[in-house]
Amino acid sequence: MNGGIFPEGNTVMALTLIVPLIGAVLIPLFRAKPNMRETVTLITAGVLFDLVVILADKVLKGGVPSLPPLEVFAGLEIKFEIEPLGMIFALVASTLWIVNSIYSIGYMRGNNEPRQTPFYICFAVAIFATLGIAFAANLFTLFLFYEVLTLSTYPLVTHKANDDAKKAGRVYLVLLLATSMLLLLPAIIWTGALAGTLDFVPGGILAGKVSPAMMGVLLFLFVYGIGKAAVMPVHFWLPAAMVAPTPVSALLHAVAVVKAGVFSVVKIVVYVFGVDALREAGTGDWLAYVAGFTVIVASLVALRQDNLKKRLAFSTISQLSYVVLATAILTPISLVGAAMHIAAHAVSKITLFFAAGSIYTAAHLTEVSQLNGIGRRMPWTMTAFAIGALSMIGLPPTAGFLGKWFMLTGAVETSQWVPVGVIVLSTLLNAAYFLPIIYNAFFKAPPKPDKHHPAHGEAPWPIVLALTATATGTVLLFFFPGVPLTLAKMMMGLN
Amino acid sequence: MIAHHLPVIIVLVPLFGALLSALTKRGAVAWGIALIATVLTLAATIGLLGHVLHDGVISYEIGGWAPPIGIEYRVDMANALVILIVATIATVIMPYARVSVAKELAADQQAWFYTMYMLCVAGLIGIAVTGDAFNAFVFLEVSSLATYTMIALGQSRRSLLSAYQYLIMGTIGATFYIIGIGLLLTITGTLNFVDLAARIAVTPYDRAMLTALAFITVGIGLKLALFPLHVWLPNAYARAPSTGTALLASTATKVAVYLLIRVYFNVFGISNIVGDVPVLELLLVLSIAAMFFASFVAVFEKNVKRLLAYSSVAQVGYMILGLSMATSTALTGTLVHLANHAMMKGAAFLAIGAVSYQLGSVSLERMKGIGRVMPVTMGCFVVAGLSLIGVPGTVGFISKYYLVVAAFEKGWWWLAFMIVASSLIAVFYVGRVVEVAWFAEPSKEAAKLKEAPLSLLLPTVALAAACVFFGVDASLTAGLAEAAANALFGGSL
Repeated sequence: MNGGIFPEGNTVMALTLIVPLIGAVLIPLFRAKPNMRETVTLITAGVLFDLVVILADKVLKGGVPSLPPLEVFAGLEIKFEIEPLGMIFALVASTLWIVNSIYSIGYMRGNNEPRQTPFYICFAVAIFATLGIAFAANLFTLFLFYEVLTLSTYPLVTHKANDDAKKAGRVYLVLLLATSMLLLLPAIIWTGALAGTLDFVPGGILAGKVSPAMMGVLLFLFVYGIGKAAVMPVHFWLPAAMVAPTPVSALLHAVAVVKAGVFSVVKIVVYVFGVDALREAGTGDWLAYVAGFTVIVASLVALRQDNLKKRLAFSTISQLSYVVLATAILTPISLVGAAMHIAAHAVSKITLFFAAGSIYTAAHLTEVSQLNGIGRRMPWTMTAFAIGALSMIGLPPTAGFLGKWFMLTGAVETSQWVPVGVIVLSTLLNAAYFLPIIYNAFFKAPPKPDKHHPAHGEAPWPIVLALTATATGTVLLFFFPGVPLTLAKMMMGLN
Repeated sequence: MIAHHLPVIIVLVPLFGALLSALTKRGAVAWGIALIATVLTLAATIGLLGHVLHDGVISYEIGGWAPPIGIEYRVDMANALVILIVATIATVIMPYARVSVAKELAADQQAWFYTMYMLCVAGLIGIAVTGDAFNAFVFLEVSSLATYTMIALGQSRRSLLSAYQYLIMGTIGATFYIIGIGLLLTITGTLNFVDLAARIAVTPYDRAMLTALAFITVGIGLKLALFPLHVWLPNAYARAPSTGTALLASTATKVAVYLLIRVYFNVFGISNIVGDVPVLELLLVLSIAAMFFASFVAVFEKNVKRLLAYSSVAQVGYMILGLSMATSTALTGTLVHLANHAMMKGAAFLAIGAVSYQLGSVSLERMKGIGRVMPVTMGCFVVAGLSLIGVPGTVGFISKYYLVVAAFEKGWWWLAFMIVASSLIAVFYVGRVVEVAWFAEPSKEAAKLKEAPLSLLLPTVALAAACVFFGVDASLTAGLAEAAANALFGGSL
């Protein structure tokens, strides 16, 4: 690919950013022909995946693909460069977009959802924003695409356009915009003023330039400014956003939104603060406590939720703070755990949401207490659900084990016993709110079919296909963690 | 030869356009004249800007009388930018004007509207181009009188009342300004800005001088709707014909802000003002009050034109905030916001004007579901709204960025947080319109409507696109603003 418009074959990288946008432009042209429209989505997702794989190959070989910066005005640039963590995120997002698109087709048609064309457009724009975040080479670019992601997912969250959706949309938009504008933007500009640059640099840009206290203040602004990471108390947009159709929940929880949040936190700690600099400053310790608090409390709340999607939402909040906690342990190996958990949680949580949506589509059930015996009618769905749940608990042979393993290793090596305690306790809590669902689904007798809940079988085949694929992925990632693990270690300079 | 006369041509062309429009009495012909005049003015402005960029400051002696005896027109980066804003907006909304004015105004009033439109443009450009304090007053009155008439031509009977209200307030403002200028004349014996600056620099800064500064500040403050002198603005903007509102909202307050900056930086000298009395601190407090108070009022406004008008008062707050911080970065923020706010408020008012054209109302109650029947128009409104919020990738972010950086540079981190906090209030007032436009089922009458005609859409889309384009590549706008700010700080006019 050498010799294109961009040096060193980075045409691929430019295309990666442009392809989802092309999809977003083409989708409305076929609004009268749903089959063509969905074909456009699938082809776009497929092409994007291929491009990302080419890029991953370059990064694994030690390349640093980048694009020529675009100057907004003197001193402010939109700039893209791929480092290993961003590569993991891009791989996760582009892989899951394919699966999620297949699932969406089954779900949106199965439930006769209105306004499907805007739905697919916003989805493509959200993926574009996600890639922008993943490839951002400075804080401004990250911020720009962070906000594009918020705005492009707002119409998705409010897709049903009823009063509930409107209310949820308000919480979603106001909370995410408010935190990012009130805290993240000043943090970025302040960082720029103190460090003289906004670029992401291995080892950080703040080291030696600001006092330890200032580092603590900036870390606070960044962590709470990134509302998408859902560290308590800025988490409540996530359960509110549950009114959205299930593919959107999957997008929020697994593919893009919350992942963009924790990705940004990890990226900023590694490339703005610098892991060593932050550890030496000693003013980042509080982060482990608030993350640990979020992990435990969100699990306790999840335990009490009867609505399946709400229970999953609080599980997400808890799992996200695992990533933040792993980051706050501030050892290279724990940060490898953070990166791995981004990928592991993505593929497992999307499985769980697919299963929840599958149950809703086939049986119109939404509550945990209604799921007795459903495993017999929907064996594929509930097996996938069980695999996803095991991954949430962190049991081998599922992907969720990996992240937890590295986190624990990092914490034990440096004798940080609070994180260790949090991880152990929350594992028990995870088991407490997931295992009963699996037990009841397979071992309790199903209620007799009645007028309101007629007998049903599995959901439409695209849904089953998608959730089987992600469940398989959850197991495969445990046995073959090669690519993300190598990338995560590259990020920390461990190989 | 023509190139040499450009500073006066940009005033004369719209002035003669106004004269010809008044003579035709026919709306369509008057529109043609106005179109030609605005296009010629814009072309001349671009030529003038080229000269300024190439040769630096241009001084033009009216009638060949050398300043300070004669009137001098003086163009540097700062007013070149302002004139460019006025000429561009005036031209861009011309295609819109034809359809909108034809619907909103009676046939015998249309030619008058274009006359006033041209007079207003001539007056605004005149204020910006002149280097003479009294001449600025004359043009202030030309533009104001044209504006009163334009507002009075609005559809509602209350338009007359609003015009009258503005007439009273505007006249008080103009009187205050001329009293201040009169005081300066008695103290220094001159009216030319450059000459004034030179003489003020060697004159003791006594009470008479302060009084002059106070009168001028209040006078211009009324014209630029500085909180709490803004009460005329919401009614005026809400009840003028849609085209008039778009022109006024995008240009009139900007020119007044420019005049205040000119007087502060190049006549009194910002260091004098900083030294003696807490004028800048006062302006800082008032601008913060505007940013919060006017935004809050906008949140509860039910008429979208009034909502946008209150938003304008808040946005003027940001401009004055940059002025009151009195640093080069902050002033760049103010100047770039002049251009940016012209784009976003222009787009927003044009979009709402298009809704008014189709629906006959701009109350939130009747705009239910309008986003579904007029997606392009309301899409432009959303883009303009995102700019008002200051979302990155839009022009609003550029202005906000400069102001926040300026606040951090001064060590005023509390101010940085106030800027971002106040800009967030825009989420609520823009969000209300979005919710009404998309989350409610269209009423029966609204459901029958279609997208606005192309001539209304094109200017709206153009300005909305500019909001995004100059939000991603601000090298032109921010570059001009930065050069202008540096020129103003250089102190030499």
